[in-house]
Amino acid sequence: MKALILVGGYGTRLRPLTLSCAKPLVEFGNKPMLLHQLEALVEAGAKTIVLAVSYRAEQMEQEMRKVEEKLGVKIIISLESEPLGTAGPLALASEHLTQDSEPFFVLNSDIICDFPFKQMVQFHKHHGKEGTIVVTKVDEPSKYGVVVYDAENGRIQRFVEKPQEYVSNKINAGMYILSPSVLKRIPLKPTSIEKEVFPFMAQDGDLYAMELQGFWMDVGQPKDFLTGMCLYLTSLREKSPDMLHSGEGIVGNVLVDPSAKIGHNCRIGPNVTIGPDVVIEDGACIKRCTILKGARIRSHSWLESCIIGWKCHVGRWVRMENVSVLGEDVTVKDELYINGGRILPHKSIGDSIPEPQIVM
Amino acid sequence: MESVWKIENITPRVRAEYLVQVDLSGIAVEQWCDDSDIKSACPDCKQRIHRVRFPAATFYILLVTVAFIEKAEKVWTRFRPLSLELPKPLFPVAGLPIIYHHIEACSKVPGMREVILIGFYQPNDALTKFINSVQNEFKIQVRYLQEYTALGTAGGIYHFRDQILAGNPDVFFVMNSDVCGDFPLKEMLSFHVQKGGGSHCTVLGTEATRQQSLNYGCIAENKDTHEILHYVEKPETYISSTINCGVYLFSPEIFKTLERIFKKNLEEKYSLDTTSPSKEIIRLEQDIFVPLAGSGKLFVFHSNRFWSQIKSSGAAIYANRHYLAIYRDTHPDRLAKNGEGLPSVVGDVFIHPTAEVHPTAVLGPNVSIGKHAVVGEGARVRESIVLEGATLQDHSCVLYSVIGWNATIGAWTRVEGTPNDPNPNKPFAKVEVKSTFTNDGKLNPSITVIGSNVQVPCEVVILNSIVLPDKSLSGSYKNQIIL
Repeated sequence: MKALILVGGYGTRLRPLTLSCAKPLVEFGNKPMLLHQLEALVEAGAKTIVLAVSYRAEQMEQEMRKVEEKLGVKIIISLESEPLGTAGPLALASEHLTQDSEPFFVLNSDIICDFPFKQMVQFHKHHGKEGTIVVTKVDEPSKYGVVVYDAENGRIQRFVEKPQEYVSNKINAGMYILSPSVLKRIPLKPTSIEKEVFPFMAQDGDLYAMELQGFWMDVGQPKDFLTGMCLYLTSLREKSPDMLHSGEGIVGNVLVDPSAKIGHNCRIGPNVTIGPDVVIEDGACIKRCTILKGARIRSHSWLESCIIGWKCHVGRWVRMENVSVLGEDVTVKDELYINGGRILPHKSIGDSIPEPQIVM
Repeated sequence: MESVWKIENITPRVRAEYLVQVDLSGIAVEQWCDDSDIKSACPDCKQRIHRVRFPAATFYILLVTVAFIEKAEKVWTRFRPLSLELPKPLFPVAGLPIIYHHIEACSKVPGMREVILIGFYQPNDALTKFINSVQNEFKIQVRYLQEYTALGTAGGIYHFRDQILAGNPDVFFVMNSDVCGDFPLKEMLSFHVQKGGGSHCTVLGTEATRQQSLNYGCIAENKDTHEILHYVEKPETYISSTINCGVYLFSPEIFKTLERIFKKNLEEKYSLDTTSPSKEIIRLEQDIFVPLAGSGKLFVFHSNRFWSQIKSSGAAIYANRHYLAIYRDTHPDRLAKNGEGLPSVVGDVFIHPTAEVHPTAVLGPNVSIGKHAVVGEGARVRESIVLEGATLQDHSCVLYSVIGWNATIGAWTRVEGTPNDPNPNKPFAKVEVKSTFTNDGKLNPSITVIGSNVQVPCEVVILNSIVLPDKSLSGSYKNQIIL
């Protein structure tokens, strides 16, 4: 089996983290985001994976060579000279995808869920048409484009962008399995698969929807990154509770790298991910946060809903909340209050940020 | 007053009326309306409205008279409370009541015989206890005389003239209780004596900036003789940058002037209207200083030592810092020291001996911790006053705030205010006395005040807010008054 992952551009929505690190390599749940997908694809039997990127990231290319070896999979980096949207990259990589007549996977790189690749293959083979897209249920469908399909067999009737009246609560989850013949529908130019390819396939009765079981989140921006982390940790609790941490001061689902150090009288959790070499000093309280590799959180600080970048230093009695994001190597001095601050890499913060703000 | 008013949502005019009502529910209306710190104009009705300070309910006047060998001195003090219970003059700054610092300064004047406190305030246990303790400590007689109604800044002095003149003092000091500073009373006395019998009153003066002088009584003087030539209380245009500190030294001859004004007021204000302010009111500044200026009987003594009004909680934090700094020279024993098993101290910190402060807590600079207060593990306090019986739970962080009597701050909670310190780059600048609200009806950021018996839960943030007594908060608050 083959797969194509739409990695795309610079990941501006996840800045300031993506100023230091290519988005697919930003750790989600102590593992690079892309690796969650790669591992699941390999597990489902993928042998060749094409990464469609629109900018060169040497760090990522090197990292992928290591992953190739570790997972025993061929990783091809398909570089677009100009961004080709969500469909164009398929045309660009068509030589890799059409080597046989087997269907291939296509996925957006920002999504986190229990990847249902094996079921997708079964479902696709069962209906035997050109394409299958995975759909997921959302609470507020009017914010998204929804998919209207036949509940009996899954055949898609139409797509409705931001519906004012309720027509469906299922949205495109950004995971597809497509037969090579779909490539005939795609020109080698900037094209949207959602708007310029799928509606026609649906018209022709060639597109089916499979409903996703379990959690799903597009983690492409900080707020959703944290929500996705909570869902991911909840799913870990069910599937592999041994990976989660327990002990003095640990509350709820907490993922801690073995090399991290946690002091006394702390309260960590619920929903916290602590990366390698992180140091949490005595008396800190951390809830709903991701702390990336090498960061230090000093004593008596209180953090909620934050992403702390690599090698950051958060001083004593600091209060941080409301989706504050620290880029790499940021220092926050003692006793400050950071409310929704987005801090660019290598900054030293000496004054409180009482209202949400970007600090260049 | 119990219900939660959405202060931001009402117009300035309505708000002014409402807040005056709050004050009415306290005690003295007359003084409130007579109070000349009514500066800000209401944008809707173009009328002047009262500047409002919270929490304000009980009006309180305190007068301290100090007798001195055959000369007498007297301290007059006026206050609006920071709490709803304790008279503001007893509010502790640098660990001791504001008027304790006045009385201590008086006690250093050789031959000081008596201190009289005059106020329009029902005496209570706290006041009685305070009087007993200062009497014992300074071996000086201290009495409290209660006005039957608010009598203005000089009415009380006239009313209690027999008490003040008992024992034929040669001079007496009068001090307002809403000022603080390093009072040069001995120097003032030498100056007054040197001026001889011609001087009926010496006013302590200090420098202010041109702009800020408009908020004070302004003094124009003869630079050689220091005679006051012209006096205006809170002028609209610039007069002089020398301002009245609210500390005076009088010769008994002043009573002749007071009597004349008193009788004149009685005649002029004669009416059957019971709602008009008391006819016995005499305003020291307007009724006495203005006519005395230029008569050769009124002088100013200059001081450049620390001085400030304490009308707001922001000023209390500022005064706390300065009184603590003065302790370095006068009472090093009152300042906390670092040592094994003791909490870490940064700069000047007062910790009452009965307070329980965990050794891992970090305090300072400029912190006062009151009686029986409890400061938990890893708590941090900076530029703040923690009053008697308050509890700061583990890891809490308190910055630029006043924590009221028996209030509780939960673990990992942050309580933070904004200092209203004088601009350090402007010589002679004073504490900014901002109005409570901005022109668009928002609360001006200032010191956070947590009222007595307030419960602040764990892990919240209280920023630039004022919480009235006995509230139990349930979440975070920013820039709000919580009634």
